[in-house]
Amino acid sequence: MTYREALRSTLVEEMDRDPRVLLLGEDIGVYQGTFRITEGLLERYGPKRVIDTPISELGFIGAAIGMAMLGLRPVVEVMTWNFSLPAADQILQNAAKVRYFSGGQVSVPLVIRGPNGAGVQLSAQHSQSLESFYGHFPGLRVVAPATPADAKGLLRTALRSEDPVIFLEHAALYGIKGPVPDEDYTVPFGQAAVVRRGRHVTVVAYSRMLHLALAAADELAREGVECEVVDLRSLRPLDMETVAESVRRTHRAVVVQEQWPLFGAAAEVAAGIYERCFDDLDAPVERVTGEDVPAPYARNLEKLAFPDEDRIARAVRRVLQ
Amino acid sequence: MQHAEPITVPVDTLLDWYRTLVFCRRFEEQTERSFRRGKIGGYLHVAIGQEAVPLGFLSAIRPDDVFFVSYRDHVHTLVRGTDPGMVMAELYGKLGGTCKGKGGSMHLFDVARGNYGGYGIVGGHIPLAVGAAYALRYQGTDRVCLCFFGDGAMNSGALHEAANLAGLWGREGLCPVVFVVENNQYGMGTSVERASAVVELARRFDAYDIPNERCDGMDVVAVYEVARRVVEEVRRTGRPYAVEALTYRFSGHGAADLFQPYRTKQEVERWRQRDPILVLERRLREAGALDDEAVREVEAWAEKRVQEAVSFAESSPEPPPEELYRDVYGA
Repeated sequence: MTYREALRSTLVEEMDRDPRVLLLGEDIGVYQGTFRITEGLLERYGPKRVIDTPISELGFIGAAIGMAMLGLRPVVEVMTWNFSLPAADQILQNAAKVRYFSGGQVSVPLVIRGPNGAGVQLSAQHSQSLESFYGHFPGLRVVAPATPADAKGLLRTALRSEDPVIFLEHAALYGIKGPVPDEDYTVPFGQAAVVRRGRHVTVVAYSRMLHLALAAADELAREGVECEVVDLRSLRPLDMETVAESVRRTHRAVVVQEQWPLFGAAAEVAAGIYERCFDDLDAPVERVTGEDVPAPYARNLEKLAFPDEDRIARAVRRVLQ
Repeated sequence: MQHAEPITVPVDTLLDWYRTLVFCRRFEEQTERSFRRGKIGGYLHVAIGQEAVPLGFLSAIRPDDVFFVSYRDHVHTLVRGTDPGMVMAELYGKLGGTCKGKGGSMHLFDVARGNYGGYGIVGGHIPLAVGAAYALRYQGTDRVCLCFFGDGAMNSGALHEAANLAGLWGREGLCPVVFVVENNQYGMGTSVERASAVVELARRFDAYDIPNERCDGMDVVAVYEVARRVVEEVRRTGRPYAVEALTYRFSGHGAADLFQPYRTKQEVERWRQRDPILVLERRLREAGALDDEAVREVEAWAEKRVQEAVSFAESSPEPPPEELYRDVYGA
């Protein structure tokens, strides 16, 4: 099953199961969705449950929060996460906090989902990764599945959660295929997965970077280097225990992220490793990140701006020296 | 302004409203004193002068209806029937407060009474109210949602995006929301004329095909008459409506707004002639339903009730340290 189909089929199953689930977003209905995640759903559920919104993120994300407060379970599609920024005030100031400042009187069971990160030559305004931005705020859950199975399992958990969930997909992943269990399984928040066993170095990644890390691990295996690859899956809550458990065995770690280096997820994970297993480390933790520049348009410059397999492999070789 | 058949409000109700207005005024004055004494921290925005607007509107809805408010939310919460001791305790940051002391003045909630809260970012709660109204129809009910905000919020993007959605969803009968603009003439220290290209704020809802009107926000009877008619219509049609209530705050914007260089004493004095308590008092005296003795009685009752609220707040414990980490997540 593809990542796209995993998402779409989960929406269908949950909408069939729970009449409180409804969808909002730009061009998710008549147009069938920019990335066709919501294909056919307007026809299946009607315009009251599949709401084509105007280009008005602040308005409709705020409205979705209000729906959630009144007991519905809205799923908002952002065409890309870049477009969530006009609604940042709603997400950060209302959704993330209203449970707290109401003393626990209201819940916001809201899922906001869409592609995060760079595409191909989309330039500066359409290539951002916002996981550390949203991950900074208590009250939000932030997940970034890398496989079809995790996309389904995490979306199920998100749709059954009582909290606002920032669900980060990746445009480059929609077409990938992978096995998806038949049963009604869920992937809990805050549970990383060891997706490849190895004894020389722990490589931590998530979302699209996981696939680069696995490709780098294949290449390194030919040199006799055995990488253990950990897929974070959730960024908030962050499962540092699984990461630390691995690093205690390998004594070396490389953390990979697509986003900018400063104050990023990799810095957070590296700090968590130092806090938990400083004495186990045989080398400083390496970070592989996007370059500290707005995303350029030119193909050659863009390739320089984001991590690739070679850079991950080089970082692994450095920590092994 | 539109004029429908006048609604005759029974004298007993008017007397109740009078007591409520006096009580809310005394309550707000007490919060200012408690703020100066360091009992209340943070920001404190009182609604002294504006009380008739929430009272008129909240008297026109049913117990199962819902509402959202800006940070100037004490009076709304009190007139909806939340225990005054709990409101004061919230302002005092105590466990016995409406939100266990975790919200404070700007975030009073009482969801059991349909009070979906006070919000601290100007205009930020308006989209929530539009979504809440959609949810009420989605769930197949005939409940309505009121959304209170000040004139300052009229210039926020949140208002305009939310109003456009309300206009759209209202066409399908899916957005029973009443936008209540509490136009107290100033967004903090900037007058409406200096902030809005169109000073008749109600008219700005024309852009979203939302019916709208102005009303006298200093006369609770006038507010109630408009509110009752509008709420009835919104409940029936599922379409949004906007009412701009012309009102005035006699206090500063917040507790720190001491000198008020943006307005004159004469202007404040002029508006004081139309103090909502005086307006209603005159009406009741003319009807022979209120005399000096009754006024003194109401004053004494209100003062006693405020002091009871203060005592409750004083004696309520501080939230225990465990509360720090509670209510961040559900499940």
